[in-house]
Amino acid sequence: MAARSEPAAIAAPLATANGLRHQYLVMAGMALALASAPLLLYPVFLMKVLCFALFACAFNLLIGYVGLVSFGHAAFFGTAAYAAGHAAKVWGFPPELAVAFATLCSAALGLVFGWLAIRRQGIYFAMITLALAQMLYFFYLQAPFTGGEDGIQAIPRGRLLGVLDLSNDLVMYWVVLAVFLGGFLLIYRTIHSPFGQVLKAIRENEPRAVSLGYEVDRYKLLAFVLSAALSGLAGGTKALVFQLASLTDVHWTMSGEVVLMALVGGLGTVFGPIVGAAVIVSLQNYLAGLGHWVTIVQGLIFVACVLAFRRGIVGELGRLLGKPL
Amino acid sequence: MTELLGIPAPVLFGQLLLGLINGAFYAILSLGLAVIFGLLNIINFTHGAQYMMGAFTAWMLLNWAGLGYWWALLLAPLFVGLTGILIERFLLKRLAGLDHLYGLLLTFGLALVIQGLYRNEFGSTGLPYAIPAELRGGQNLGFMFLPNYRAWVVVVSLAVCLATWLVIEKTRLGSYLRAATENPTLVQAMGIDVPRMVTLTYGFGVALAAFAGVLAAPIYQVSPLMGADLIIVVFAVVVIGGMGSILGSILTGFGLGVIEGLTKVFWPEASSTVIFVIMAIVLLLRPAGLFGRTG
Repeated sequence: MAARSEPAAIAAPLATANGLRHQYLVMAGMALALASAPLLLYPVFLMKVLCFALFACAFNLLIGYVGLVSFGHAAFFGTAAYAAGHAAKVWGFPPELAVAFATLCSAALGLVFGWLAIRRQGIYFAMITLALAQMLYFFYLQAPFTGGEDGIQAIPRGRLLGVLDLSNDLVMYWVVLAVFLGGFLLIYRTIHSPFGQVLKAIRENEPRAVSLGYEVDRYKLLAFVLSAALSGLAGGTKALVFQLASLTDVHWTMSGEVVLMALVGGLGTVFGPIVGAAVIVSLQNYLAGLGHWVTIVQGLIFVACVLAFRRGIVGELGRLLGKPL
Repeated sequence: MTELLGIPAPVLFGQLLLGLINGAFYAILSLGLAVIFGLLNIINFTHGAQYMMGAFTAWMLLNWAGLGYWWALLLAPLFVGLTGILIERFLLKRLAGLDHLYGLLLTFGLALVIQGLYRNEFGSTGLPYAIPAELRGGQNLGFMFLPNYRAWVVVVSLAVCLATWLVIEKTRLGSYLRAATENPTLVQAMGIDVPRMVTLTYGFGVALAAFAGVLAAPIYQVSPLMGADLIIVVFAVVVIGGMGSILGSILTGFGLGVIEGLTKVFWPEASSTVIFVIMAIVLLLRPAGLFGRTG
């Protein structure tokens, strides 16, 4: 009990000991549901949902808890996809090393982009991240190792730790689930740690946080790198799942999609991005045959959410239940 | 053939001219973004889609109604500006008082919808739009061949930019606009209809984008995604210049266009990224932008 109430003592109103208990329950329920999901749904579809859910959670860490709007998160997702693909296919890395290398690449990129972008605030931050991501897109379009329009295809999934054969979709699913839950727990611990409380303080009132003696830029940068690394974890895993890394992963439409997922689920909620990712990925699968209607429907959802549904699905649920989810 | 720095002069000046033209589009678009941001506090992500709508309106006027380039130059900005006014009235108005973020997300969503609808209707490949008869041909300047239409685009863009600057800085209407940018409540208290001014300003900014779209139609192919990548470059231009100064936006736009054109001559591979690299350098040296105020 002491361990649980300690962060709550420092915490903002969001996290009391009571407030956390039901979140643990939801988390356990989610883990159970995901563990039994392959009985009902295709593992490949589920893996796609999980990869994007982790991506959206990583993005949400920035927008929901630090108040930084990154419109270029595809850069980290796509870089990791290329890095994992190249490492696994060309260098023959085993999958665990390939994904670790990919995560590291994204973290390093996050350090550079974050270092540049945190010099400006608010809307400029969004434009800068978008522009930097676009620069990277043009770079990958021309770079020899990305395969241009074809991307890196037929990336081998390999054997995890030399033992588990990942070419079996179900085995791969368990690994992806473990990666997702690991990443999710890391984010969860981060936002409920003293570090996370400082991030929220920055979001609420940056000048005040500065006046309290916090080195705001360092906190922002650290959060940015963490978010980039976790986006990379998601992107690298996705490259192994689909055995493909392509320009789609770094395009600005991908950055827009992850914003949409977090928005639909609920910005700044713990579980929202997961629900949002499930909704948007299902929608894409459902509308896949209808050409550009996917884009139109996504755009309409953006408009509808901003005008009438700003709390998102989970945010609204949490409000109805009177508990933050 | 004359050569400059090892590059044939016609190639060099040709790219320089194309750079000036791109710069003209950057200038007009970033000008519109800056004016809209000043009064509405919204970064208009739909701007690229509205530029594309301008070009398509010109194409539709010609192919469906038989109205040529000169009519398009007048009617397309009016029509697209009118749709902008509707967007402001029915959608953007409802975001007043909310975080900047929501304006960005809403206009991003609108851009997706508009681009998706045009792609469904016209496909993704570009449609040709002929240069008007009056502006065909060109002048031989000795060191290069100057196509009339390209010269026209540069001149008319500069004129539009300068006219906008004059209206905002030197007229009574412009002073209302600047005052409302500083403090809308106070200006409203003086008996000026600020909400109407906000609507018209958005309409005007959008009309500027459509005007640029008509100018671009004969140079580039008219395609649903012609504004999608452009708007991101324009964002970088806005970050470099800062949105504090109208003249600053114009100068930055033209300047960056020229730099991009020169890069195309000397290091073609870097031409698509050079503006973003400049943005990074400016962020390191002068985080507020070349003409921006801090904040």
